[in-house]
Amino acid sequence: MPTIESRTAGDRLTRIARGEVVSTTIHPELAHEEAVLDVQGFNLWYGETQAIFDVSMSIPQGKVTALIGPSGCGKSTLLRSVNRMNDLIETVSISGDMKLGPDSIYGKSVDVIELRRRMGMVFQKSNPFPMSIRENVVYALKINGERNRAVLDEVCEKALRGAALWDEVKDRLDESGLSMSGGQQQRLCIARAIAAEPEVLLMDEPCSALDPIATSRVEELILRLRGDYTVLMVTHNMQQASRVSDFTAFMYLGQVVEYGPTARLFTNPLLKETEDYITGRFG
Amino acid sequence: MVSRKNGQKSNGSYSPQAASLLARGEPMVWLTGFGLVMGLLMVIALVGYLFYEGSVTFWPSPVVQIVTLDGSVVMGEITRSEDFEPQPETVAALGEEEISAAQAELSRREGKLRRSLVRTGNFELTGEHFRWVEDFRFGSQGIQKPKWALIFERTAWGRFYGVPVGFLIDGEIQTTGPEESWKLFNEHSGQDIPPSRYAIRLHTASGETKDLDLAEIVRAYPANQLGLGRKIGIYLDRWREFLTAEPREANSEGGVFPAIFGTVVMTLGMTLLVVPFGVMSALYLREYARQGWLTSMVRISINNLAGVPSIVFGVFGLGFFSYIVGGSIDAIFFVDKLPNPTFGTGGIIWASLTLALLTLPVVIVATEEALAAVPTSMREGSFACGATKWQTIARVVLPRALPGVMTGAILAMARGAGEVAPLMLVGAVKLAPDLPLDQHFPFFHPERSFMHLGFHIYDLGFQSQNSEAAKPMVFTTTMVLMGIILLLNTAAIWLRSRMARRYSGSKF
Repeated sequence: MPTIESRTAGDRLTRIARGEVVSTTIHPELAHEEAVLDVQGFNLWYGETQAIFDVSMSIPQGKVTALIGPSGCGKSTLLRSVNRMNDLIETVSISGDMKLGPDSIYGKSVDVIELRRRMGMVFQKSNPFPMSIRENVVYALKINGERNRAVLDEVCEKALRGAALWDEVKDRLDESGLSMSGGQQQRLCIARAIAAEPEVLLMDEPCSALDPIATSRVEELILRLRGDYTVLMVTHNMQQASRVSDFTAFMYLGQVVEYGPTARLFTNPLLKETEDYITGRFG
Repeated sequence: MVSRKNGQKSNGSYSPQAASLLARGEPMVWLTGFGLVMGLLMVIALVGYLFYEGSVTFWPSPVVQIVTLDGSVVMGEITRSEDFEPQPETVAALGEEEISAAQAELSRREGKLRRSLVRTGNFELTGEHFRWVEDFRFGSQGIQKPKWALIFERTAWGRFYGVPVGFLIDGEIQTTGPEESWKLFNEHSGQDIPPSRYAIRLHTASGETKDLDLAEIVRAYPANQLGLGRKIGIYLDRWREFLTAEPREANSEGGVFPAIFGTVVMTLGMTLLVVPFGVMSALYLREYARQGWLTSMVRISINNLAGVPSIVFGVFGLGFFSYIVGGSIDAIFFVDKLPNPTFGTGGIIWASLTLALLTLPVVIVATEEALAAVPTSMREGSFACGATKWQTIARVVLPRALPGVMTGAILAMARGAGEVAPLMLVGAVKLAPDLPLDQHFPFFHPERSFMHLGFHIYDLGFQSQNSEAAKPMVFTTTMVLMGIILLLNTAAIWLRSRMARRYSGSKF
């Protein structure tokens, strides 16, 4: 168990920069949470370059967890490893495992398609498909073989309401998803991601391409989703992390330095390095 | 000088001499603008010339009668006039009166003579369709326009020029005057005239008399009595005939409908064949194949394929499609007709396939570019929803790339519709009145040879026996071909813009 003394125990960031693997400082509060996603000793390489070093963390059920850290620290890579989007890159190799509930994510006999259906993902840049708003939302269900119009309509409405978009688009569900504004498009992507009732919702800097008003709407939305969905989000905006997340993990050069309740981490972190980063003295 | 310069600078106003032309980039603007203007000018000149020549072809011109110095009479339509320099011995071989007239013109016009090409018709009597008449041969009367000179367009032997001198029913003469004969002619002409029942007796310029059977006459009019309304009527009627009728007189008269039909069916068939193949190839290359030196080689080969002369594709089409594939079909299904080939010779299906092969690179390259332009984020979004590779391609990538694919199809269509050389080997023929689509079972006859406007232009311009008569048809046929390509392209572009609107926000 890390104690307050560790705040003074050498400069972890310098050690990480030298290539040493530093153990993650995890706050005791996390032990009380029920984990839905469990990362176990996960390493990832792009070709010869290692991008993630021995990350172990569990993501609590029904909570919003934020990954923060300077650019290039591996936040997005870690997030994309959860639903194995990195499989699309040929040079990627990994070791270690993750578990979604009781099931292994990187096990030999895992059906990646099936696995991805259990998770939703929202990307940095909104990416609605070239089809109508309705088709966009029910895409995941349709490719899964759902044909019943009544079911699809119900899911569509529920997801759009969940994404706080229903009132704006209910009269033009058959218009192109690309005809909406940027903020609406991003909420449409969130609706698409939650339509299939995912166990984990992955968000990769969901507000970085949005203006402040659209950002605040998406943040409100994330706050509303808390409880119903487990959200794992990457953000480089620390104010955002403090506003919307329950737990925050500070990453640096592919390692998780400190992981704990957001309120603790931002006001009274265990490590001096985290405090330096959060207060802007470094990074 | 110096002080003036300084004065200019000191007043602070902008001086154009201050920056060099190059620095302001203006030479480049002029150069690029010059390139565009030159290209446009050439296109406008070509299209304008075609349009002018094509649109005057069917305008009815008057019939002239010229009594030459040696007393012979020439009657017909003047098609064009030109200056020429005669050989001295040709002039010397003329009669006395003509020599002096020619010499007078030669000295007046600095060694040049003017001559006109007169369409004299009456081929069965004179053995010629056209005759050059030099201006110096004109007698004292010059060019006359006889009131009752009639023009007859016939189903055979070309045009006939003459003055009516009688009308016959069942060989019995009814009347003798020109006006009465013309009146009776108009009463009895029309639809479904029984052969050798009615005839009009004509007096020709050469002094002969000829009876024309009404059943063989397509159109007749008193060229020198026409008002503007009648002229427009004849002009439009000739266009109608041109667009809807079958050709006559070795294609130099009549219409081009079978060629229009053949061109459209062949081009649409080609497009339907090439687009699926091209899209499938591009999909494999871009989406499935591992990108490496082998795919690069394949890509370079496909691009090079676009540079292979089209006649080579024609030879391949003839050898492979017609002889090997078609021959095998014949050997299996049409044994009873052998040795006469059914599929084993040129046919519209083989022409479509050959042109599909020819335009395949265009479609593959355009489709590949369209696929590459689909953002990775869209594919990732689809994968993240749990879609398989094929679901992602079919539902997200292809719809997004569709406008680009359509662009490829449009380019392929324009290329294929204008292609002639390979068609000469794989099924385009001079005359094929049997259309590839008709009301006889099985309605579509892919093995039939067909007429094609491009080949028709070549045939009219370079293969015709009566080239002077066929020449104006070259322009009208070219106009029709360009019109059809324009129409097909417009339709495709309209379709593309509709699709693009459906996925608004997609750019191409």
